[in-house]
Amino acid sequence: MFAYLVKRVFQAIAVMFVISVIGFAIQGNLGDPLRELVGQSVSEETRQQLRDELGLNDSFMTQYLRFAGNALQGDLGTSYFFKEPALDVILKKLPATLELVMGATIIIIGLSVPLGVYTAIKPDSILSRIIMGLSIIGISIPVFLTAIMMIYVFSVEYGWFPSYGRGDTVPVFGYWETNFATADGWMHIILPSFALASIMLPLFIRLIRSEMMEVLQSEYVKFAKAKGINPRRIYFLHALKNTLLPVITVGGVQIGTMVAYTILTETVFQWPGMGFMFLEAVNRVDTPLIVAYLIVVGFIFVVTNTIVDLIYGLVNPTVNIARMGA
Amino acid sequence: MSTETVNPRTEPSRWSKIWNSNMGYSFRKNPVAIFSMAVFLIIAVSAFFAPLIAPYDPYDPASIDIMNSEYPPFWVSGALPEFSLGTDDQGRDLWSTILYGTRLSLLIGICAVALQAFLGISIGLIAGYVGGRVDSLLMRLADIQLSFSTLMVAIIFLAVTQAMFGSETFNQYAVYFLIAVIGVAEWPQYARTVRATVLAEKKKEYVDSARVLGFGPGRIMVRHILPNSLSPIFVISTVQVANAIISEASLSFLGLGMPPSQPSLGSLISSGFDYIFSGSWWITAIPGIVLVVLVLVINLLGDWMRDVLNPKLYKG
Repeated sequence: MFAYLVKRVFQAIAVMFVISVIGFAIQGNLGDPLRELVGQSVSEETRQQLRDELGLNDSFMTQYLRFAGNALQGDLGTSYFFKEPALDVILKKLPATLELVMGATIIIIGLSVPLGVYTAIKPDSILSRIIMGLSIIGISIPVFLTAIMMIYVFSVEYGWFPSYGRGDTVPVFGYWETNFATADGWMHIILPSFALASIMLPLFIRLIRSEMMEVLQSEYVKFAKAKGINPRRIYFLHALKNTLLPVITVGGVQIGTMVAYTILTETVFQWPGMGFMFLEAVNRVDTPLIVAYLIVVGFIFVVTNTIVDLIYGLVNPTVNIARMGA
Repeated sequence: MSTETVNPRTEPSRWSKIWNSNMGYSFRKNPVAIFSMAVFLIIAVSAFFAPLIAPYDPYDPASIDIMNSEYPPFWVSGALPEFSLGTDDQGRDLWSTILYGTRLSLLIGICAVALQAFLGISIGLIAGYVGGRVDSLLMRLADIQLSFSTLMVAIIFLAVTQAMFGSETFNQYAVYFLIAVIGVAEWPQYARTVRATVLAEKKKEYVDSARVLGFGPGRIMVRHILPNSLSPIFVISTVQVANAIISEASLSFLGLGMPPSQPSLGSLISSGFDYIFSGSWWITAIPGIVLVVLVLVINLLGDWMRDVLNPKLYKG
C-alpha cells in the first residue's frame, strides 16, 4: 500500500509539472505583459530596458523556474483586468462554483440512489421503463440546453425562479459567501443546480442500476433471501453497500468533470463563479488569469483523482496487485 | 474480411449476410432500433444533401436581409410563407441554416470520432500486443488523459488558441480545431477497450498459428486481432459520436467553436439564447430539438447495439 501511495503521489506531481509547463508556455506566448504594463507610448530603448528588468530576456529555463517558484508560493501573477493577484480573483469566485457543485451533488445523490435501486429491483415495471427512458433522453440533452429550457419555462413563462445571478449571499468566512442561508439564495441556486445535475443524474442512475443488478445475482444476496431477511434490508443494507464502491470511484472522477460543466451552467445563468470568470478572462485576453485558472483547475482534477484512486486502493486491495504487476 | 472466408457453398451477398445475421434479426425485431435508424438516416441524408434541399444559402451574405430577422415559424401568427421555420436574428432562413448546421455538427462529430478511433485503436493494439514497459507507459498516459474531462481540456485548448490567433483566423479553421481537440482528447476510450480485447485474443491459437506462419506483428495486429475486436469498437463508436456532437455543440455555445457566420447547431442555439427573453424562442428551440433528436437516436442505436453485441467493455 505504501509503495502504491508513493507511486500515485509521484504521478500526481509529474502531472502537475506538465500542467505548469503548459501554463508557462501559454503565459510566454499569449499577449505581451509589457504592453499591459506601459502601453504603446514607450520608446524601444526603455522597452528593452524594462524587458531586462522584468527578466523577459532570460533563458526559458530561468524564466520557468521563476514561474514555478512563484506558483509554489501561491503567486500566479497579477490579473491585467482586475489589477489583483490572479489567485485571489479565482479564490473569490471559487465558493460560488463549489456551492453550485455541492447543490448538484446533493440532487444527484438524493435522486440517483433510490431511482437506481428501484429500477434494479423491478426492471420490468412500467415506472422503471419510464425512468430508464427518461434517463436516455437526459443523457442526450446537453447541459446548456437543459439550462436554457429551465430558464424559459420557470423564469420567463412562470416566473417562479430568478434567471440569473446568485441573489442574496451571506458571508461565512474569508471569501466564502453562501447561498444556503437566505430564501433568495436558495431560489437562485435551485435552477442552476438542477441544470448541472441533469447531465450526471442519468449516468448515475444507470450505473447504480447495473451494479445493483449484478450484486443481486450474487450468492450472498440469494442466501440472505433464503434466510428470510426483510427484502428492504437486503436491498438497502446488504446489496447497496457493495454497489457503492464503483459508484464512489466514478463519482469522484465526475466531480472534476462537473467543474467543466459549471462553465456551461454558469454562462447560461450568469452565475458569478470560476467558469464564468474564465470565459470573461478569455475574451479580455487576461493571460495571468487564464493561466491561473488552468493551474487551479488542473490542481483540483489531480487532487480529486489521486484521492479517489487512493480510497479505491484502500477499499479494494486487488487494485494494488493489478497495478503493481502492470 | 469476406474474401478470406473459406466457404465451399455459394457465397451469399454481403447484404443478405448482414440481413440474416444475429444483428440483422434483432434489428428487425426491435421497433425502437428501426425507428431510431430511420430518423437518423433522414437527418443524415437531409444534412448531407443540404445544398440541394435548403431553399436559401445561409453562407451567402447576398441572400440574407437583416430586415427579415426574427420571423416566427409557420404555425405562429405573423409568419412569412417563404420562411417555413421562421428566421434567425440575422434574417437567415432557419430551416436552411439548421440543415447546414446539422451537416457541420455531424461532420465534426464523425470526423472527431474517426480520429479518436484511429489513435485509440493503434495505441490499444500496440499496448496490448507489445506489452511490457510500452504497455504500462501508454496505459498510464491513458489514465491521466482520461482523468481530465474532455470538455475541460477542449475549453482551455480552444480558449487559448482563440486568444492566440485572434478570432478571425480561429473562425476560419474552427472546424479543424474542433475535430482535432475532440479527437485527441478521447482516444483512451478506444485504447483501453482495444487493449483489453487484444490481451484476451493474443493467447488464442489462431494468433500463434499466424505467428508460426511467419506473419509480422503489424499484419497479425491489423488483419487477425483487430477484426475480432470490432464489436466493442462499434458500441463505443456510436456513443462517442453522440458525445462528440454534444461536445461540439457545448463548445460552440460557449463561443469557442463554430462562428455565428457559419453556425453549427450549438452556435445557432447560442445566438438564439440572446433573444429568448424577447420572445423569439424558435431560434433556440428548433435547432435544440434537432440536436436532441439527433443525439437521442444515436444513443438509442448505441444501446441497442450494446444489448445485441454485448461486448465486455472496459469498466473504469
